Amino acid sequence: MDNMQKQELASLTLTQAAGLLAKGEASSSELTKLMLDRIAASNNNAYITVNAEAMAAAEAADARRREGGSLSPVDGLPMALKDNFCVRGMKTTCASRMLENFVPPYTATVAEKLADAGTVLLGKVNMDEFAAGNATDTSYFGPTKNPRDPKRVAGGSSGGSAAAVAEDTAYFTMGSDTGGSVRQPAAFCGVVGLKPTYGRVSRYGVVAFASSLDQVGPLNKTVEDCALTLSLIAGRDPRDASSLPNPVPDYLAGLKGAEGLKGLRVGVPKEYMGPGIQAEIRENVKKLIADLQTAGAIVEECSLPQLEYALSAYYVISSAEFSSNLGRFDGVKYGYRAKSYDGYDDMLRRTRSEAFGDEVKRRILLGTYTLSAGYFDAYYLRAQKARTLIMEDFRRAFSQYDILLTPTTPVTAWPLGTAFEDPSKVYAMDLCTVSVNVAGLPAISLPWGTDREGMPVGVQLIGPTLSEDRILQAAHGVEALSLHNYGEGRGQKGGGVHV
Amino acid sequence: MEITKETVLKVAGLAKLDLTEAEALRLAHEMGKIVEFADKLSEMDLEGVMPTTHAVKMENVFRDDEMQPSYPREEILANGPERDEACFVVPKVVE
Repeated sequence: MDNMQKQELASLTLTQAAGLLAKGEASSSELTKLMLDRIAASNNNAYITVNAEAMAAAEAADARRREGGSLSPVDGLPMALKDNFCVRGMKTTCASRMLENFVPPYTATVAEKLADAGTVLLGKVNMDEFAAGNATDTSYFGPTKNPRDPKRVAGGSSGGSAAAVAEDTAYFTMGSDTGGSVRQPAAFCGVVGLKPTYGRVSRYGVVAFASSLDQVGPLNKTVEDCALTLSLIAGRDPRDASSLPNPVPDYLAGLKGAEGLKGLRVGVPKEYMGPGIQAEIRENVKKLIADLQTAGAIVEECSLPQLEYALSAYYVISSAEFSSNLGRFDGVKYGYRAKSYDGYDDMLRRTRSEAFGDEVKRRILLGTYTLSAGYFDAYYLRAQKARTLIMEDFRRAFSQYDILLTPTTPVTAWPLGTAFEDPSKVYAMDLCTVSVNVAGLPAISLPWGTDREGMPVGVQLIGPTLSEDRILQAAHGVEALSLHNYGEGRGQKGGGVHV
Repeated sequence: MEITKETVLKVAGLAKLDLTEAEALRLAHEMGKIVEFADKLSEMDLEGVMPTTHAVKMENVFRDDEMQPSYPREEILANGPERDEACFVVPKVVE
């Protein structure tokens, strides 16, 4: 195989690669070897751990296929998990010194489902430390670079997941999304990222950030791949009491390209189209609005006035839950322990102070502060009441519209090492994504053109609770329009690695 | 609202984090900015609004009380920073 063929093979979508395997035109071993070579050659720092058993898993998949016993259409396809998904016997670091050598004794349900479908785990990908961040620059293992321009951030916290898909070192990846951590890096790297409804996918075995907001979701090259991946992982899990019992629809069945946009009622919240949004991004969204109308959708500006408070409510709730969830890291049962200390309390303090990075400490402090006596009512309780009003706003909007359209991010990927004035300025970058988690809704981000410097712009489609089928259908339509306009369906490819 | 260095140190004590003087000063400034940002919530009229803990309501999730295999003890103990046979070792907690 020459380099051109390798590049072509690596850039196939999950669906296309599955087709090749089905026809016997490629083997899992071939694809897996190709991915492993590309991972080794990449300088983007997308991966933290490479699975030493990947080739053995690929050979087993090939053997199953030869004997006519494939486990699923994606049997043998190589993929990667964000490094907060536990896999028994494989390091799960959460990109923290605290868990640098943690080897979980159990496997996350999603990892298990993907293994049951026969997919080959290539390894664990980079993220912000304990998922607290939006640029994958708080990782203990160094930042992930954006494959579209290695001088820029990949976004975060699932930056490794997005970069791996964008640089073609995995046919798909899994991430987790607490305030935009799947959608924002997907937007920055020019790939598709879905945050399902809270509870649609099991979180068992995924290290918790903020338990009332966390949801895991796939990052893919196309909307079709995304629908396929979701159908592999969605559903009730007895080991996650918050997972929803509702039946899982056939997410692929409703995909019909631009046809699916006819008669679709689309609301565009003006709160996410204001001066806080980079002008080129607003321009791109306006272009999409015009195209949607041409395709037969009914698009209107709408208003959700409470969205103004979503960012504040989100940071109060998420930091409070983060600080409680990270209370378990005490240097006793697993993880880092300080080398020298004087007594139990000192051991605890030194362990935590030495092993947590700055951003993690900042959020633990903020969360502890807002939960502490005298401040609980002013912050945490107010944030939870604000949450009620934000949800009511969404409910009202969905009585008029099938979906809401917004930019995914207020800016495109910023240069690595950008010094923000203060942390609240970095937090403000999550403007368009956090309200979705606060309300527990599903939302997808997909590429829609670029800014003047060629960096991908992401658009977000939000639907009511459990409307994943609807937003995937709409996204499939938008993707068809993108293909028509920009000549490709998965963001303009570029950068990446060449083997 | 202004956050003082003393407040930061008090909260750090609750969260079991040690901070140097310089860190506490920097964090006082940064947390002040973040809290200012969170204070936007005080503009809202929340009289009579019920708080939401989880966006998707789930109540009384039961399961049958059946015996399940537990996690392998050796693998769990293997992660302990310090162990003694089947126990995790910690510094003396009670005098």
